[in-house]
Amino acid sequence: MAWRPAGPGPYVAAALATIALVATTVFGGDDNAGFLNGRQLRLMAPAAPGGGWDQTSREMQAALRTEAGRTEVYNVAGAGGTIGLSQFVRHEGDPTQLMVMGLVMIGAIESNDSPVGLDRTKPLARLTTDYEVIVVPADSPVKSMTDLAGRMKSNLGAVSWAGGSAGGIEQILAGLVAEAVGADPAGVNYVAHSGGGEALSTLLSGRATAGVSGVSELEGQIKAGTIRAIAVSSPQRLPALPDVPTLKEQQVDVELANWRGVVAPPGIDADDERQLEDLLVRMTRTPAWQETLQRRGWIDATLTGPQFEQYIADERRTVTDVLKKMGLT
Amino acid sequence: MGDLLNGFADALTPGNLLWAFVGVTIGTAVGVLPGIGPALTVALLLPVTFRLEPAAALIMFAGIYYGGMYGGSTTSILLNTPGESASVATALEGNKMARAGRGAAALATAALGSFVAGTIGTIALSAAAPFVADIAVNFGPPEYVALMAVAFVTVSALLGPSLLKGGASLVIGATIGLVGIDTQTGQARLAFGLPSLFDGIDVVIVVVALFALGETFAHLVAGTGDSRVEPLRGAPMLSREDFRRSWPAWLRGTALGFPIGSLPAGGADVPTFLSYSLEKRLSKHRSQFGHGAIEGVAGPEAANNAAAAGVLVPLLTIGLPTSATAAVILTAFQSYGLQPGPQLFSESGELVWALIASLYIGNVLLLVLNLPLVRAWARLLTIPAYGIYAGVLVFACLGAFAAGGTIADLIVLTVLGLLGLLMRSAGVPVAPAVVGLILAPLAEQQLRRSLALSEGDWSTLVSSPLTVVLWIVVLLALLSPLLRRLIQTRKATSLKH
Repeated sequence: MAWRPAGPGPYVAAALATIALVATTVFGGDDNAGFLNGRQLRLMAPAAPGGGWDQTSREMQAALRTEAGRTEVYNVAGAGGTIGLSQFVRHEGDPTQLMVMGLVMIGAIESNDSPVGLDRTKPLARLTTDYEVIVVPADSPVKSMTDLAGRMKSNLGAVSWAGGSAGGIEQILAGLVAEAVGADPAGVNYVAHSGGGEALSTLLSGRATAGVSGVSELEGQIKAGTIRAIAVSSPQRLPALPDVPTLKEQQVDVELANWRGVVAPPGIDADDERQLEDLLVRMTRTPAWQETLQRRGWIDATLTGPQFEQYIADERRTVTDVLKKMGLT
Repeated sequence: MGDLLNGFADALTPGNLLWAFVGVTIGTAVGVLPGIGPALTVALLLPVTFRLEPAAALIMFAGIYYGGMYGGSTTSILLNTPGESASVATALEGNKMARAGRGAAALATAALGSFVAGTIGTIALSAAAPFVADIAVNFGPPEYVALMAVAFVTVSALLGPSLLKGGASLVIGATIGLVGIDTQTGQARLAFGLPSLFDGIDVVIVVVALFALGETFAHLVAGTGDSRVEPLRGAPMLSREDFRRSWPAWLRGTALGFPIGSLPAGGADVPTFLSYSLEKRLSKHRSQFGHGAIEGVAGPEAANNAAAAGVLVPLLTIGLPTSATAAVILTAFQSYGLQPGPQLFSESGELVWALIASLYIGNVLLLVLNLPLVRAWARLLTIPAYGIYAGVLVFACLGAFAAGGTIADLIVLTVLGLLGLLMRSAGVPVAPAVVGLILAPLAEQQLRRSLALSEGDWSTLVSSPLTVVLWIVVLLALLSPLLRRLIQTRKATSLKH
């Protein structure tokens, strides 16, 4: 067969692609509420898709639609969010760039000795609180926190914990539990993963004794019966998991909240800061956000302005103290 | 089965068909551009699709996903410029074929192989997803270590004629893979205190730099910018002989791609390397490998697309996204209030089956779209090198910038491009570097996790039947050349007597 012209194929394809692009522009651009000169907000989730920060970002994206139009969410994964943080601070003075963060990032900055700290960002608002759940594989002989505590006392190294990144809230919780049951926090056998999803796959393979992750991340698996929850880190039982006792109920005196919030880049002007805080507060009042809290089992913890900055400073002190005891800093 | 038919009924409305067509067209287009992959495209289109029916949006994404997987092979074959790591193996033989005037045959076997693998993969997905997921969750760190060992011992086929140079390339890639913060300890490695290196170097940037920029610089240095190749020489698009050699490779590629793609940490690149090695081992035309063997295109391309279907298994059944695109599709699911996971099929079955049905349709549309285009694509080679590579350079920089969004990414791209030139001038193949880059960090992470979980007890590496089987494969792969030689010398001696 000799060469012959390709016919209309490529032209049709090109035309269709053009139509699609035009369609996306026309349909997408008109719903911006004039906020920040109509520029689109970009929201960084400084973790792998599937984790708590990612979920927070995606839910914010949905809830912000009525308040600020389209918002772009992107992931920068790794090292407890410090990798994302180091990228984020480069957007100096740009009020269209936001980043989700939380307790985990404070721990990661300390334990990784990150050259970039949260003092280089402009805290806007704390949004939610989530609690941690300790789980074991469905067929594990460990039935309760008392069982697990017993094992930790007799052979701490034999109890392996699968959880999120090094120095993150899961490792902090494992250390606190060890301390509370009278074992050496520094001797905890903790295996870090880049996100809850990855840790889950290690736990499901049956190699790790226990897994720790956010309640919202594991709720589906717990309800499906693939893993069994043995304790939650909240002060009272959670509505999402009413049958799972707290750590305190099981004589392990530990309580740990995984709060999440939003920061802006350094150097944004005060007016933009106020507008962004207003926007976030408005967002928390939308029906979409309220529905999200309900569905995810997150607890509303809205806090803005100087109070939030003070809160971050306090948390930083507490976390640094805990990490020192564990020999992580 | 009834569920699937209902899915077809949902997906086959004229409106949805249009979205499927738009999806495969955009997907093919972005797959062709180096650095701009399906993940980025879907992410960019995501806000737009909030206005669409969930079914229509998912159908379009499925089209983009499969289209991107297919489009990536085109630039690999024609320009030796893989847009993503899963197309690297395709470039090895495909580009050699294109330079020998057999570009159309290479593109055709890639298109048909993608179709066959995509279809079988989709059938496997609809028939066996929960079953495959059950096996996949048994893959813990020790199993991954064994799988990585299999990959390492079998990639020798990728190393090229010189073991030393191939090995050097592998080590260069592994070293690049070490750059960045170590996830187990949170310590930065080989980052030289530069914050822009803390997050490691994106695989896409390395692939584009070593292949595309290296090639461009090489033309620049050699002054061969005016060169062009004969796009089509004699033979029809896909001769009977080509077809006979291609179809077993398609099936073998599919058999490797789907299960490995289904693993929570499997991905689409590992099976393409394995497939290439397997084809080289099994081929009757072994001497053609390195000069344009059609099996070497057919197998990896099929593996790539079968893995793309496999990646959806952990996504739909456990809610684990194992590739960037899957992660974005997961987001799309969630923005429609669907929670992928064990209950997805029972809770939102209708939409899932519509998605699966649209994967079948997308596959057919891709073939319809791409097979007639094969000859047009091959004509691209008649453009002189300077024209092509100017375009490649622009898209490589755009792609790198899109992936990272900073000037630092462009500097890294250029430095790695110069490294690619250096390797090329020294006759060091660049493909093993990509293998090292992908496999070494995975193997390291999983090995350290295994040993942490077992408190330093190395016997954990052979602690399950699955690991034992995989290590036996490793041994066989290591011993088979020796055994073959032994048998051959025996035969030779027995003939003498």
